[in-house]
Amino acid sequence: MGGIAVAGIGKRFGATTALAEVTLEVAAGEFVALVGPSGCGKTTLMRIIAGIERPDAGQVRIGARDVTPLRPADRDVAMVFQSYALYPHLTVRQNIAVPLTMRGLPAWHRLPLAGALLPGARAARARIAQEVARVAEPLGLSALLDRRPAQLSGGQRQRVALARAVIRRPAAFLMDEPLSNLDAALRVQTRREIVEIHRRAGAATLYVTHDQAEALTMADRVAVMLGGRILQVAPPEAIYADPVDLRVAAFIGSPRINTLAAEADAGGQVRVAGLATGLRARAPGPVTLALRPEALRPAAQGLPVAAEHVEFLGDGLLLHARHLPDGAPLVARLDPASPGRVAPGERLALEFDPARALLFGADGARLPTAPAGVAAYA
Amino acid sequence: MTPRGSLLPGAIRLLVLALLGLVFLSPYLWMAAASLKPLDEIFRASLALWPENFAGVENYGKVLARVPVAQYLWNGVIVCGGILFFQLLFAVPAGYALAKLRFPGRDIAFGAVMLGLLVPPHVPALPLYVAFSEIGLLNSYAALIAPFAISVFAIFLFRQFFRALPDELLHAARLDGMGEWSIVWRVILPNAWPAATAFGIFSVVAHWNDLFWPLIVVQGHARATPALGVLQFRSEEAGDDFGAMMAAAVLMTLPLVLAFLLAQRRFVEGIATTGLKG
Repeated sequence: MGGIAVAGIGKRFGATTALAEVTLEVAAGEFVALVGPSGCGKTTLMRIIAGIERPDAGQVRIGARDVTPLRPADRDVAMVFQSYALYPHLTVRQNIAVPLTMRGLPAWHRLPLAGALLPGARAARARIAQEVARVAEPLGLSALLDRRPAQLSGGQRQRVALARAVIRRPAAFLMDEPLSNLDAALRVQTRREIVEIHRRAGAATLYVTHDQAEALTMADRVAVMLGGRILQVAPPEAIYADPVDLRVAAFIGSPRINTLAAEADAGGQVRVAGLATGLRARAPGPVTLALRPEALRPAAQGLPVAAEHVEFLGDGLLLHARHLPDGAPLVARLDPASPGRVAPGERLALEFDPARALLFGADGARLPTAPAGVAAYA
Repeated sequence: MTPRGSLLPGAIRLLVLALLGLVFLSPYLWMAAASLKPLDEIFRASLALWPENFAGVENYGKVLARVPVAQYLWNGVIVCGGILFFQLLFAVPAGYALAKLRFPGRDIAFGAVMLGLLVPPHVPALPLYVAFSEIGLLNSYAALIAPFAISVFAIFLFRQFFRALPDELLHAARLDGMGEWSIVWRVILPNAWPAATAFGIFSVVAHWNDLFWPLIVVQGHARATPALGVLQFRSEEAGDDFGAMMAAAVLMTLPLVLAFLLAQRRFVEGIATTGLKG
C-alpha cells in the first residue's frame, strides 16, 4: 500500500489564493497532522485530496496511483468529517455498512425488495454484517447498532463516523478536525482512540486540525500550514525545538514563543537593545531573537525585565514580564520551587540558554546561530 | 400531564380550537346533512342539521345508480397518484441540482422556475388543449396527468429545503461511493420526507378537487375525475338535484378524508422524527 502524495497543488477562489504550490507526502502507515489557523487552506487541501474539490494545478497520488482526475469514490480514501456527516435516516448499522453496500453489491442487489431474493445477495449481505460487527466491536458500538444518529451522543456519533471510515480498509484516511465538536475530556480520550485505529488499520492518515496539542500528541510528523503554504513538515519534537520559520515558531507552543527585536552588528554579534546575547549571526542586520518560555530563567545577569504577574500552573509557574528597553512582553516558565514570590513591578534579570535560542531574519526565515565566544550581557 | 391551576387556560384554548374547528367543519357538515335531506327540506329557511324525512337512501341510491362512482374514484386515484409520482420524479432531482450542484446556467434555470411560479395554470390551458387535441390525446389519463407532471412550485419548495442539508453529508455520500442519482434517491429524498409529505398533501388535494382542467379535456364517464362526478347532478332541464349532488360530493371527498385520518399519525411522525441533525 502506498500513501498520499500531493505535488504542486494550487487552488484559487476568485482573487484569493487558497493554496500555493503545496507539496506533501504521507507514507503508508504514517500519521501526519496538518495544522494551521482557520482559513489557512488546510481543509481545502484535504478536500482536494478527497476529490471533493478540484485543484487548479498539481497532482494527487494515493496508493502510488495518480488520482487527480478521479471521482472521490474511486480514490480509495475514507474521510471523517467535522460534523460527522452521518446519514440521519439510517441506523448506525446501516451507516457503517454504506461504503460496503455501495461498492460490494451490484445495483440490482440494492433494490429494496428484489435484492433480498437474488442469488448471492444473501451471502454478500452476511459478509457485510460480519464486517460491521468487526469494526463496531472495538469502538464500543455493538450495543448501539440499531439506533439512529439523532439518538447518539457526540462522542458516539464520532465513533460511528470512524467506523464508517475504517470498514472499507482504504489506502488513506482523511480526518477533518474530527474532535472539534467534542468536549475537552472526551477529546483527550478520543485522541488516543484515533491513534489506535490508525495503527490497527495501517493506512496513511492525514489529520487536519487547528489544535496544535492534537497535532503534537498524535502525529508522527506535523505539517504546519499558513496562508496557503506548508511552511514545515517535521516530527513534533523538531517542529517545536527547531522551527524553520518565525511563523511556525509563533504558531506552535503554548504559551507563545517570546520574540525580541535584535540587531547583528558588523561582527555578527547579536545584541538586544545594545546588550550582547552571546550569540553570533552569519551576517549583520536586524534579526528576531525567539525564546521558548522554558528557555528563560531568572539570574543575576540577563535581560532586564519588570515582572507583571505570576500564574501558578501546579507543575510550574508562568512569569509574565515586560522587557524594559522596548516593553516587549516576555513569558518565562519557571520551576514552582525556584524563585519564591515575585511581586508585580519588581525588576529582575532573565538569562537564557544560547543553545535554545532561535534567530530569525527579517523575512522570518531561520538563521543559523553560533556561540559568540564573548561574554553575554556585557 | 396538565398541572393543577393551568386548567382554565387549557379549557379556553380547547374552546377556541373547538369553535374554529366547527367553523372550518361546518360546510362539510352542512353538505353531509344536506345529502340526507329531501329537496324541499334543503331549501327550507329554518336551520336544522338532522332531516325530518330521511332521504339518504334516495339521494345516495340516485348517485350510485346514475354515476359509476367507483370508476370516478379510481380515475381520481390514478390521476392524483400519477401526477404526484411524476412531480416528485422531476422536482426532487431538479431541486437537488438547483440547491447543491454548481453548473453554468444554474441561476438562469432557477430564475425560470421563479418565473414559472408567476404563471397561473389557466393561462396555458387553451394551447395545451389544442396540443392534446392535435395529437389525439384528449379524454386520456395522459391529458389529465401530463400538464401537471412538472411542478415549479415543487421544484422551488425542494430547492429551498435541500439548501438546508449540510454539504458534508453529500461529500460523505460521494466518498462512500454514491453517484449523484444514488445521492438524490438514497440520501436527499429520505431526508426530505417532511417537505415531500407537505407537498404530497397539497398536490393530491389540489388535483383530486380540480374541476377546471378535467372539465376541459374529459368527456363521458370513462376518464372523469371525482370532481366531475359531482357535476353530473347539475341538470339544465330539471334544475339542480341538490340532495344527490351533496351525496355525490360526500362520496367523492370521503376517500380524501379517510386517507388523511388514516395517514395523519404517520405524517406527524414523519415530520417529528426526521431529525436532520446528523
